[in-house]
Amino acid sequence: MHELAVTQSMVNLVLEEARKGNARKVKKINLVLGELSGVVGDCVQFYFSLMSKDTIAEGAAVSFSTVPTQARCRQCAKVFEVKESDWICPECHSVSVELVAGNELFVESIEVE
Amino acid sequence: MEIEVLKDILSANDQMAERNRALLDSKKVTVFNIMSSPGSGKTSLILETIRALKKQVRIGVIEGDIASTIDAQKVGEEKVPVVQINTGGECHLEASQVGRALESLPLDKIDLLLVENVGNLVCPGEFKLGEHKKVLILSVPEGDDKIHKYPLLFSMADAIVISKIDLLPYARFDIPGFLKAIKGMNRKAKIFQVSCTTHEGIEEWAKWVRSSIARQGQRSRNRSGPSETPDCPVRPGRGITPRYSSRAS
Repeated sequence: MHELAVTQSMVNLVLEEARKGNARKVKKINLVLGELSGVVGDCVQFYFSLMSKDTIAEGAAVSFSTVPTQARCRQCAKVFEVKESDWICPECHSVSVELVAGNELFVESIEVE
Repeated sequence: MEIEVLKDILSANDQMAERNRALLDSKKVTVFNIMSSPGSGKTSLILETIRALKKQVRIGVIEGDIASTIDAQKVGEEKVPVVQINTGGECHLEASQVGRALESLPLDKIDLLLVENVGNLVCPGEFKLGEHKKVLILSVPEGDDKIHKYPLLFSMADAIVISKIDLLPYARFDIPGFLKAIKGMNRKAKIFQVSCTTHEGIEEWAKWVRSSIARQGQRSRNRSGPSETPDCPVRPGRGITPRYSSRAS
């Protein structure tokens, strides 16, 4: 829902890192998106094509690596993927679980020339 | 050539939030970020909090809405300083907007700043504002399944307020089941059950607000190291990616 703000921050971050690396052109951006972050890749792609216009990142490919939501059971320490919003340990059926992955939202690397 | 970045996309917002937090700590202002879906009773809880505490606590309010000054006017009638932020379409408040709003508030004369976020159970969770506590409101008519549909906010909250409990006889809301689900997902959250119509539960809520301010004040006075409740330094689920947690700063 908040892809506009997220994409703007991403473009700023990418341009800053590219400048630090004395890059002439950004060819690819590798993003890591957690399932829970609620960020929709297609929307990021769409906004990116508008926001990167006339920058060295214009035309860069955006690659998304998605991290599934994972939780750890506090009773038996089982780590499991949360599916269908089912926050229950599949081993011991405890509801006492903590989130361990799925909220990622970061730029892993950029490919430049 | 590949350049490793490993930086959170929202790090610019996070840095701005840290600046807000440092300013507010230096002014000894305790800040709550109040989040819920539209119509859950954020403004009503703010008004109840002001009425319950204004003789003992100096309160300021930042109202966040996509448009209008309706909420700021309501709060202004209680004779407390209030600033309205209109996001003009954005579905959440950002730290830079709050930073600008802080410039218009008499921070030396405020003990508690209540920031009402834009009504939304999704996006506000991603954007830190510089708050000390995240307060999440869920109203009875919305249903007890919201914790499973919007786990991010529920897992982050420091306090969860179940509002409109006067409607429990008319709505299907399984309080024991909901409490069990919260305790499973978020053990630290304080849970309150209130009605802003009958005022049930407000006293208990107000007591917690006062004790939060007192604890925050104590920490500000004893400040020697980093802030006491770091503003979710590792957001739930962040940092588990090994490369990220070990390298990003």
